[in-house]
This record gives sequence, C-alpha cells and structure tokens, in this order.
Amino acid sequence: MMRGVVRYLRRNPSLALGTVLLAALALFVVIGGMLVDIEDARPLSAPTLRAPSWEYPFGTDRQGRDLLAVMIAGTPLTLRIGFIAGFLGVGIGTVLAFIAAYYRGLLDTVIRGIADIGLTVPGLLVLIIIAVSLKGTLTVNQMAIVVASLAWLYPTRTIRAQVLSLRERGYVEVARLSGMSGPAIIFFELMPNLLPYLAATLVNAVSAAILASIGLEVLGLGPIDAPTLGMTLYWVNFNAAMINGWWWWWLAPTVIILMVFLGLFFLTVGLDEIANPRLRSAA
Amino acid sequence: MQAAYIARRFGVFLLIVWLAASLNFFLPRLSGQDPVRTKLLQQAALGGYVQGGIDEMTKEYERRFGLDKPLWRQYLSYLDGVAHLDFNYSIANYPRRVSELIADALPWTLALLGTTTLLSFAIGSFLGALLAWPGAPRWMRWLMPPLWALHAIPFFLLGLILTYLLAFQIPLLPIFGGYSAGAFPALSWRFATDVLQHALLPALSIILVATGGWALGMRGMMVTTMGEDYVTFAEAKGLKAPTVFLRYCLRNAILPQVTALALALGQILSGAVLVEVIFGYPGIGTLLFQAIRENDHFVIQGVVFTVIVALGFTTFVLDVIYPWLDPRISYRRA
Amino acid sequence: MSEPVLRVEGLRVAFDHPLGKVRAVDDVSFALMPGERFGLAGESGSGKSTLALSILRLIKPPGHIEAGAVWLDDARIADLDDDGIRRLRLAGIALVPQGSMNSLNPVLRIGRQIADAFADHGLRLGHREEQRRIAALLAAVGLPPTIARMYPHELSGGMKQRACIAIAISLRPKVIIADEPTSALDVVVQRQVMATLARVQQELGAAVILVGHDMGLMAQFVDRLGIMYAGRLVEVAPIADIIARPRHPYTRALIAALPSLEARGMLAGIPGLAPSLRELPSGCAFHPRCDLATDRCRAERPVLRDIAGSQVGCHLA
Repeated sequence: MMRGVVRYLRRNPSLALGTVLLAALALFVVIGGMLVDIEDARPLSAPTLRAPSWEYPFGTDRQGRDLLAVMIAGTPLTLRIGFIAGFLGVGIGTVLAFIAAYYRGLLDTVIRGIADIGLTVPGLLVLIIIAVSLKGTLTVNQMAIVVASLAWLYPTRTIRAQVLSLRERGYVEVARLSGMSGPAIIFFELMPNLLPYLAATLVNAVSAAILASIGLEVLGLGPIDAPTLGMTLYWVNFNAAMINGWWWWWLAPTVIILMVFLGLFFLTVGLDEIANPRLRSAA
Repeated sequence: MQAAYIARRFGVFLLIVWLAASLNFFLPRLSGQDPVRTKLLQQAALGGYVQGGIDEMTKEYERRFGLDKPLWRQYLSYLDGVAHLDFNYSIANYPRRVSELIADALPWTLALLGTTTLLSFAIGSFLGALLAWPGAPRWMRWLMPPLWALHAIPFFLLGLILTYLLAFQIPLLPIFGGYSAGAFPALSWRFATDVLQHALLPALSIILVATGGWALGMRGMMVTTMGEDYVTFAEAKGLKAPTVFLRYCLRNAILPQVTALALALGQILSGAVLVEVIFGYPGIGTLLFQAIRENDHFVIQGVVFTVIVALGFTTFVLDVIYPWLDPRISYRRA
Repeated sequence: MSEPVLRVEGLRVAFDHPLGKVRAVDDVSFALMPGERFGLAGESGSGKSTLALSILRLIKPPGHIEAGAVWLDDARIADLDDDGIRRLRLAGIALVPQGSMNSLNPVLRIGRQIADAFADHGLRLGHREEQRRIAALLAAVGLPPTIARMYPHELSGGMKQRACIAIAISLRPKVIIADEPTSALDVVVQRQVMATLARVQQELGAAVILVGHDMGLMAQFVDRLGIMYAGRLVEVAPIADIIARPRHPYTRALIAALPSLEARGMLAGIPGLAPSLRELPSGCAFHPRCDLATDRCRAERPVLRDIAGSQVGCHLA
C-alpha cells in the first residue's frame, strides 16, 4: 500500500508538495515545542531586539519575546483559528447546500440569495465591523467564531452547485423511485460522491479563514496577547520594524505564513486532481 | 426589455446599499450595547481641547440614537443620515467630517486598485490564453510555476518581501507613504513621479500575485474552449492561427473570466486594504486602520459603507456590460 | 475528365492511448471523381469522421496520421506546409461540420463568420462587395440576407446547418466533405438541408463526400457508397448495386436491418458488438460476428478486390 501511495504522489506532485510543506510545519511545531519553552513567547522573556544568534535563533522583538518561541507557539494558534473556522464554515455550508439543492423551492431561493449577496460584500470589512463592535479584545476561539460567521458563504454556493449537478444523475432518480427518503439519499448516495470535492472545499475554506484571521490581526483586531502570526506582523508594522532594520522580526512570520499558504494551495490543487479526474491527463 | 434588465440590476444594487447601511447599524449593536455611544461618552469624559466638539457630537448623537429612542426610530434616523451621505464627524479628527476624510482617501485607493486590477486581469488573462495555445513560444511554460506559487500568497505578504528587497536592501524605491514626507500635493511632473514611485511597490505586490490567478483561470477556460466544435470548424475554414486564437478561442473564454472578476472584487479589495496598511499608502485602507486604532466608529462605519457601495456599483456596471460581451444573455432574462 | 479530384491511398490514422494504440482509420483507399457524390457509411466509432478530418489534416494529438497519402488533383496534401494546408481548407476542400448545434461561434454574427474566411484567404473586399457576397451565399442556401446580422443562438438547427453550408461553398471548393450534416435534425428539416446541399453542389460542380450512418439518406443522395467497419473500408460500390446486391456480409446485414414500410416481421439486427479499435480481431475484423466466417477469415486480413464494378474486402465474395 505504501508503494501505491508513493507512486500516486509521484503522479500528483502538487499533493506531494503540499503535504511536505504542511508536514514540515507540523514537525517544526511539535519538535520545537519539545525543545523550546513556550513561555519565552511572552514579552520580557529575553533581551529586546537581538538579531538571530545561537541563543535566539530567530532573534527577539522589541518587547523581549523570543521569536522562535513565538513562532512555535503562534503557528498552531493561527492554524487552529483557520481549522475551526474552516470546519465550521464547511460544516454549516454543506448542510445548507444540501438542503437548498435537494429540496429546492423557497428554501433554495432564500439560501442562495443570502449566499450570493453575502459574497458580494467584502468579508474582511464585515469582520472588521463585528470585531470592532465586540466588547474588549477577542480570544483566539472567539476570533474563530467571528471568522466562521462568514466562512460558510462560499462553501454553500459551490457545494450547492455540485449537488445540483449530481442530483440529476440517474442513480439519484433510481434511489428516489425506490422509495429512499430524502436524508437517506443525501447521506448514502450524494455524499460519498462528493467527498473528494468536499475535501478540496475544506482545504480552501481553511486557507481563506487563516487569511481572514491574519488580516484581522494585522489590523490590530486580533487577540492582543496571543503570539499568533498575524499579531506578530501587527507589531512589526506598529514598530516600523522594516524601516528600523530589524529584519528578523518580520522574516520569521513571513516565511511561516508563506509555507502555510503555499502548502494549503498545493494541497488544494492536488485534491482537485483527485476530485476531478478529467484534469488528470489534460494539458 | 433592456430597461427592465438594467432596472432589475439596479434594484439589486440598491438592496446592497441598504444591506450595507443596516449592517453598519445592527452589527455593532449585537453585543447589546451601542459601542459608538460608549466611545463618545469615553471621549467626553477625557476632556481635552476638543471637548466642545465632543460634547456637541454626543448631544447630537443622543438626539438621534439615544437610549430613550425606540430602535426603529434610531434605525430610520440612521438611514436618513446615510441617504444624505452624512456619516457625522470623525471622533478622532474632529472637526473634520467623515465624508471629507473618505473623499481625500478614496481617489488614492481607486487609482491603485483600479489600475492594478485591470492590469493584472488583462496581462493574466492574455498570458493564460497563450499558455494554453499549443503554438505559443516554449519558454512561456517556465512562467507557470512561479506565477502559480505567487498567486497563493496574500498581497501584503509579497508587499513585505518586495519592500525588503527593493526598498531596503537595494534602496530603489520608497518604503512608505503615498508621497515623500514634506512634498506638497500639486499638479506637477515632480509630484506625479513622486507619487508613482511610492505607488510602485504596492502596485507590484498586487499585480504579481493577482496575475497568476487570472492566468491560471484563463488557461483552464481556454483549454475547454479550444475543444469546442466551433474552433474545429474555424480551423477547417482555413483561418489563420491568430484569428482562431483571438476571435474564436479568447473571445469566448474571456466570458467566464469576467464573471470571475465580478465575484473576486470583494477579495481583491480586502487584500488591497492590507497592502495599504503595510505601506502606509494614504488610501481608505490606511484610513480604516487608523480609525480602528483610535476606535473612531464613525469613520469605520463610513469607510465600510462606502466600500460596500462602491463594490456593489462596480458589480452593477459589470452586470450591465456582460450581455454586451455575450450576446446569448439577452437583456430579457434575469 | 476521368481523373479523380481526390485520391486517398492507404490512409492510417491512430490515437496514442496509455492503454494501447487506437487504430481509427486502418489502411483506407478510395478515389473521388469531380462532381461525384460519394457516401461513407458506418456505425458510430467506425472511423468515418476521423477519416473526414484527417483528409483536411485536422487531427490533433494524441491522434496522428501514421501512413498513407491524400491527393487533391496533383497536390499531395502531406507535402504542404502549415500555411499551404491552411489555404487549401475551404478553398480547395471544404468541411460542412457535424452537429451544427455548436459549430458556429456563439459570440460572432453569422455574416462575420462567413466573411472572416475571405480575409484570411487573401480576398480584400470592399464593405459593399462583402455584403453582397454574403447575401448571395445566404440566398444560395435559401436563407434571407437578414440572417447575416443575427447570432447563432437566434437561428434554428436547420438554419444553422444551412449557414454552415453557405460558409463551406463561399470559396467555391472542389470537394465538400459533409460530416453527418443532418444528424441532429428532424426529417422535414433533413430533407430541406439535403436538398440545399444537392443544389449548391450541382451549381458548383464540386464533389461531395457525405459521411453518415443513415442508409436511407445515402440511398437518396449519393452516387457511390463506401462502407466502413472498424476503421476499414469493407465495400465500395455504386449505390444501386449496394442496395440490391450487397456483397460483404456486413453490408448485407446493414441492408437487411433497414426497416421497410411494406414488409412486416422482426427487426433484424447484427449480433455482437463492434470491436474495440484498440484490440482488433485478427484477420478480418468482422469475423466474430459473421456467420460465414472460415479459418482463413480469422487468420488473413482481406484486401479490397474489384468484383464487377464494386470493391469488396471479403474472402468469400
């Protein structure tokens, strides 16, 4: 079986690349967590503004945080927001999409209408309004919920389109005629065929959620004490780290964010290939 | 028939405007309190030389949105203000009005966003089309992977990297701002060059990332289009390769791309906001950022509303243009 | 006037597939006389459309012409460079495409689609002259000149097909290849379209290759008929002969399968399935379904032989 997996990965380089990038990040966090004290991610744990050295491989920032610890602590936080929001978004989106596409009628019009209009509005701005209006500053989990509130829009729309096209296929008709109930058809006939597509949508949603959360954080609306990647960039901007020449401060989060997005992107492309065999041998 | 279509599309636009306004009204109040009021009262308590103005604002606010007023009254009062484009004064920058601040910042954003979106769409689409065409020069294949990889990252991230490379390591371009500190905005070549220099990095961050996305999409569309019967017939007619490429393939493949453009506008704008923040570019992104830092709710609401309306309007325009591009969509149908 | 205008000799077209090579056209030869109507019949997948496209060198990878040659008058088509074959298309050999549902560019007006061939074939026409020609071509196929300003989606199936015919005759070709021109149309419109095709062909004096699977249509239109099976040409004969005295077992079965308005009884089919073009049977491709098959049929592939004015590829004819 392993050989089969490896052989497939060779044919699907995107999937391989994506997995490698994300696995590398995971290793970094796990191994790093064992070697480095997370407490050093707090301010005043280290002398300020040191360039990378043996003692502080990623350097330190203006408030005395050990940036290596910050990255090790912050990466899973950022990813967590993305995952929670992504899963919630796709979860809600799937349910709504199936209801809309399978039962059609008024329910469909309403759900689709909301999704369409919601998508015309730039998500970040709505999130800004929500974040600014909530009392105090957010915790990491609260951020996730905030981002999730909009994360279901796009999955609803795309999954609905897929279900609509599947619904007209022969085997659904047969199932319906043989007396299968609605929910049963959804679960046993439609869902299995959609799984690869759902997986691709999920990765997409996670990526978008991470982007949204980083966006909010860079604007200063994130959990102010948390050492997340976005917040680190906020402090970078706040302290004009670039102009002051403290290059290590922005390099670490930038590289990690790069790996996150590239990893997720290649994963999406790889999953797309599985979901859509027609793309496999084409150009 | 044409009029009915346009009217319907305009109706959707008005719906979006109303939605934006209502969003601004209801969302902040979700937590139960009215954060604007809280902020105003805070400011009032602080004192300072703008005391007189804050007091006046607070009074005015109480008059329209005071707690003694029923919610629907407040709502109507708010909508009335929006209809007059009255977003009140900026709390942080009193006595300047929000609409002034927005009017100052908006042209910068429009210029940046407008040019970069159009450029990246045009270049990306054309590039993507060429990449799909078997007759295209071989070396172009090498452009694909970098464009691909680039388009996966957020605009502002590339902005950071480019800033470091081109503004810091090699001091080629300015790091910050819309124009050099101390320069006075005037209609002169000097100023114009200064502006362009400052706009180059933000523009590049957006263009380099977005082009890849459009190229990828267009390439896919072209591959589909090239397999259509009418392309085979075009070749059977003995048409020259450029004719088939431009008039039969590209002309058809561009249609779903334009739809994709309309749908992507919101995302592009969100990305551009962050780019402006990173570069300190004096557009509405930076305005918004400062307003967030200062908890200047009126400005925040004003900016969000303006942006949503602008996007709605652009979508409306694209909707109206679309049937002109694709004769199959008759104005008669939705 | 007895020199063929089009000669196909030993044409072989194959598609490379990871699971094996697909022989879509397997050693096909025939000659077309000026002004003649030649039919090419066979079931789906018999290779007839591929043959039509390969004459115009329109086969795209993974398909390629493996062997054989095609001559238009004295010009060997394989020798032409890209520009040469491009200029030959429409001006020398014109294609009337299949499925006019989608053969016309949806975003261009009909007139434009007729005219853009003029420019690319070196005709520099003034605006008025161009309009005149377009109107004349539309009139020749029985369409009013107002069609020129319309888009394809505004036309019915039959109208679109006739517009395609107008395009095909616009540069007065010597050969017209009509690839299943009436497949998607109802019988009434079919008749209209075929009548149009017959009329323009006569006016031009062009030769026509009609590719299709409707034997009834063939019987009414063509002078000579070629039967294709599994990428091979198995019988070629004047139409009256084929209908009355089919010599190849496959042709016989085809004719027998035609329902008749007078006779009653069971519809006769041909047992078995057409072979996969990737794994052709040894010897004669039809032997698995032929009840006259002998060992020789299984071992040796028959060649087309002349028998009393027909050409038959069967050991037992």
